[in-house]
Amino acid sequence: MDGSTPLPRRRFLNWFLGTSFGALVAAVIYPIARFASPPRIPEATTNSVEAGDVSDAAFAQKGFKIVRFGAEPVILLKASEGEYRAFSATCTHLDCIVGYQKDRSRIFCNCHGGAYDLNGRNVSGPPPRPLTAYKVNLVAKGSEPAKIVVSKV
Amino acid sequence: MFARARSWLDDRLGLSTITEFASHKTVPVHRYSVFYYLGGMTLFFFLVQVCTGVMLMLYYRPSANEAFESVEFIMTVVPFGWLIRSIHSWSANLMVFFAVAHMVSVFFMKAYRAPRELTWASGALLLFLIMGFGFSGYLLPWNQLAFFATKVGTDIAGVVPVVGPWMVRFLRGGDRVAGGTLSRFYGWHVALLPAITTVILVVHLALVQVKGMSVPAPCEEESKRRPPMKFFPHFALRDLSGWIFALGVLAALAALFPWELGEKADLFAPAYENIRPEWYFVFMFQTLKLVPGGEIAGIEYEAIPIMLFGAAGLLLVLIPFLDRGAQRTGRSKGWTLGGVAALLFALGMTCWGYASLLPLYVVLISGLLLSLLAFITRGSRNPEGR
Repeated sequence: MDGSTPLPRRRFLNWFLGTSFGALVAAVIYPIARFASPPRIPEATTNSVEAGDVSDAAFAQKGFKIVRFGAEPVILLKASEGEYRAFSATCTHLDCIVGYQKDRSRIFCNCHGGAYDLNGRNVSGPPPRPLTAYKVNLVAKGSEPAKIVVSKV
Repeated sequence: MFARARSWLDDRLGLSTITEFASHKTVPVHRYSVFYYLGGMTLFFFLVQVCTGVMLMLYYRPSANEAFESVEFIMTVVPFGWLIRSIHSWSANLMVFFAVAHMVSVFFMKAYRAPRELTWASGALLLFLIMGFGFSGYLLPWNQLAFFATKVGTDIAGVVPVVGPWMVRFLRGGDRVAGGTLSRFYGWHVALLPAITTVILVVHLALVQVKGMSVPAPCEEESKRRPPMKFFPHFALRDLSGWIFALGVLAALAALFPWELGEKADLFAPAYENIRPEWYFVFMFQTLKLVPGGEIAGIEYEAIPIMLFGAAGLLLVLIPFLDRGAQRTGRSKGWTLGGVAALLFALGMTCWGYASLLPLYVVLISGLLLSLLAFITRGSRNPEGR
């Protein structure tokens, strides 16, 4: 090969080997990275759940209970006689599950001390956003205690 | 016979080079020499973790349905199961304590000066790995505390710009903390982290052996005056007696205060009162508690301390490359004061985090008494007033 060639053989080979090696590394890393990222599993969308009836002992004892809304926890609390409210129970700060403090009538997160009022508004502590509200319907059937139905707004 | 076997092995393994090296190795002697034992103590607890960890793996089952019950089985049915698990938990805490104490002493003695920058950096990485062990191991009993600690700890990764949401899913093995998270954490705790730690630990120990112990600048004259200690057998035997003592302390702690198991994780129960992470995460936990909700320029307030802690971690690794004063003269007042401030912040926040358990005045008075004690012993140990 004479010196006038624009790309000498050695440089070409180095470039060729280098890119091949790079491609090999990418071909190994890509499936590993994809394997390690969890696949998205479609979840059945829940629009409403039946959450027991108003005679549940939890309301008399603690004034609230946590309801399974699909995979999400929802807090169902008795604000006053015959008045029930439901909010997402996932604290907007760092994902803990909130509870209801009956004596101070507020929703409280024990992890970092975030507090919400009975409308789900973040009123003190670290939470940056209010809790998402859910709709509560009481379905009365004859003389039996009314059933509570929680549904998305 | 024994001599022949030895020379046969020596020809093949080159053992004499190692024994030759060890026989010449010395440790400088000065008034802060005692701090040289902290790293070895951390190593001891690490070895205890490896042994007890392998034993726990004989019975532990990493699934959301069985994890809690299998730990309960270890604690109540398996002979000495309570002992092995309690030692594993206590030793984990003591390992973190000694790793931090080791780092703090190395920091204030400026032992990260050339040519030991990489020893420091590898040590800082080991500290992060230890915290990773602590965090991943915490979930394995699958109790309420584990569940919430992991929910919060993984949610924190979400504040990282751009890749945050991906990181949260990657850590959790899905959108939520559930059985998939347990599988991942178990794999990291028993396979990935030990593998990485072993490599970095070998590098760290080899660097310590090759470069030898650093003498702090204020002690240089003193260490020239006093004859150094031979590493083998004198220093090694002192190390060993410390390890035997530590083993006794571990056994006593495990027997007198067996580690509790708590209640099984309930994915649909509120966090209980006074929930808090392990003591070495409490300073971050307390800081997060104090930051109010809100956002500035699209960044939520809570993201600010989290990113600052991340930056502090990076800064920790890079100290030897940034502390120019220590590199030139062995002294750097600014960095010393910065270290004191960081330490006071972490200590203060930790005490504050526990203040709901202890009245604040108890914390303050004991702090005052401890500093008084430190002041008095300093005077008596140093009669020349130096």
